[in-house]
Amino acid sequence: MKYWSRLLILLLVSLLTVGLAVGCGGGGDQQGTDDGDGPIKIGVNYELSGDTATFGSLSRDGAMLAFEEINAAGGVLGRQIEPIVRDNRGILDESMSVATKLITEEDILVHLGAATTGCVLAAAPIATQYQIPLVTTSATHPDVTVDPETNEVRDYIFRICFIDPPQAIVGADFAFNDLEVKEAAIYFDNTNDYSKGLAKEFKEHFEAHGGTIVASEGFGKDDEDFRPTLTSFSQKGAGLIYVPAYYQKVGKIVSQARELGIDVPMLGADGWDAPEVVEIAGSENLNNTFFTNHYSSSDESEKVQSFVKAYKEKYGSEPGSFSALGYDAAYLIADAIERAGAADPEAIREALEKTADFDAVTGKLTFDEKHNPIKEIAIIEMIDGKQILKTKKAPN
Amino acid sequence: MTEFLQQVLNGVSLGSIYALIALGYTMVYGVIQLINFAHGEILMIGTFSAFFALTVLDTNIAAAVLLAVAASVILGILVERIAYKPLRKSSRLASLITAIGISLLLQNSGLLVFGTEFRAFPRVIPNVHYKFFDGAVTLTGYQILIFVTTILMMLILQYIVMRTRVGKAMRAVSWDKDAAALMGINVDNIITVTFAIGSAFAAVAGVLLGLYYNTVHPLMGLMPGLKAFVAAVLGGIGLIPGAFAGGFLLGITEAMVSGYWSTELRDPFVFLILILILIIKPTGLLGKDEKEKV
Repeated sequence: MKYWSRLLILLLVSLLTVGLAVGCGGGGDQQGTDDGDGPIKIGVNYELSGDTATFGSLSRDGAMLAFEEINAAGGVLGRQIEPIVRDNRGILDESMSVATKLITEEDILVHLGAATTGCVLAAAPIATQYQIPLVTTSATHPDVTVDPETNEVRDYIFRICFIDPPQAIVGADFAFNDLEVKEAAIYFDNTNDYSKGLAKEFKEHFEAHGGTIVASEGFGKDDEDFRPTLTSFSQKGAGLIYVPAYYQKVGKIVSQARELGIDVPMLGADGWDAPEVVEIAGSENLNNTFFTNHYSSSDESEKVQSFVKAYKEKYGSEPGSFSALGYDAAYLIADAIERAGAADPEAIREALEKTADFDAVTGKLTFDEKHNPIKEIAIIEMIDGKQILKTKKAPN
Repeated sequence: MTEFLQQVLNGVSLGSIYALIALGYTMVYGVIQLINFAHGEILMIGTFSAFFALTVLDTNIAAAVLLAVAASVILGILVERIAYKPLRKSSRLASLITAIGISLLLQNSGLLVFGTEFRAFPRVIPNVHYKFFDGAVTLTGYQILIFVTTILMMLILQYIVMRTRVGKAMRAVSWDKDAAALMGINVDNIITVTFAIGSAFAAVAGVLLGLYYNTVHPLMGLMPGLKAFVAAVLGGIGLIPGAFAGGFLLGITEAMVSGYWSTELRDPFVFLILILILIIKPTGLLGKDEKEKV
């Protein structure tokens, strides 16, 4: 018995050693060898099934539309783009293996995706190891572009969505200066980092403008009844309620507030961007509510309108933020390849890093030193259940 | 003053919901001394049945409620026959663990079949708002509906248990199963009827919950079910008026703590009260130290 277990351990150890040696041998290899003609391959790694499939599929739809348009207009560097789409099923390991296969087997030049922070963080070490630039569309966590352990920027990772703090900064600015509210209450999801982070930033910046936060309360994950807290907000004289939460809570909070006769403006963030908000809250109750978002399909600029029209023609539905970000990411990659002047991952990475004033559907975009975009944030007003662009503001 | 009045109203409407769910809980416990943890999930299945009746079959609310009641009753009887009946002679711990297992099974099957997203429950009854003191205090039609339904349900339940032949048999079974069987009562059938009535109540509570909060979700029964259990224990589990009293006490306490103090302290405070009551009076607020239940 003892003999066998020793043998087994020996076997395992030797297997591991071999595995490590092989793994290290692959490290640092410059991938993306390009033969000079034929299509330019771009890997598209998204959540196309599983819990987060909506995010991934919508982003892919936007990106595919853009690649089609780019190819129809002659491609980049005189060559066509060949997007290679793979499903990571929203599973971290799967995202990692998809990234590995795209890079080692398909010889892609740029990796696009994924949509969620977890799947991007899983693919990021692979992209870094093989020195292939990775562009994510909607992963908002700060750690995506900055390694939290070393505090160093991840050279090959870029994102085109804003991260969370700027949303709260713009929200506070809008509440104080545009809505002219001096006293606000904050109602956040106490079990969610996104919500807590936004609440903290909003408080800081609203007070910096000279406003007062009269109350700040956190609700729990399973709370359904918000009436007692809303009643106390109204009693404390809140002229606005900031609700940085996700749609199902937002819908209930808005409808219960209106039911109690609280008709002050309510403000939120991109977690509000779902049709269910209207179904749960009721379109009438949502009047006089606002939220910060990546873009609005009601933006009248020509860039947005031509995108909305093309998207509707191809897919038959109104494009939301995920589709717009996917579309922008595809164009940004094409633009970076053109600026790099060569189908070489390192040159593309440098071009991406130098991106400035890139004209995107989700706003003019410049990368800061942490590979996060500096761009305007859309503020959307809900009017009779429709999202209408109120204004655009840059965080400062 | 108006704020206090509004908070009392907030608490009463929250309390009616707890009381409504607690009624079904407490009745089943009263008869077979089993905490039916799957009660919240039977409620969820009822709500989903009403939801599909309203959205897919396009029925009116009365038909939807009937369908919800039918679905919940069938499910309740099935759960009783398949999961609880074989264990009736084993220790109470075995049935308790089975109840938790059934609850988890139904929750996760719900997630699998209905999906994880929150769906909007159609507002088939218009929600009228009544304003008092220049709009400082609001009372809604749904709140009145829930309050009236809760009282009505309690009276019906009290009538069934105290005044009908079935009720008499239920009380007999609750006292002593073997003696009841010797008196010619079909214990199995009575227990099945108990589950059927409890599940029907859960279905009605579920439809009202769906209307009041505008949503249906596979886990919607979890938290209200737990709170209703607390309410039942507070009032004295197994006692119908106890469920009523416990529900209102819980609802009003929650409203007051989150309105005047802090939302985060609400649950700790509620459970502190529960512990205190159980230390001082282990049988609950209305409980007596004798064996009679129901």
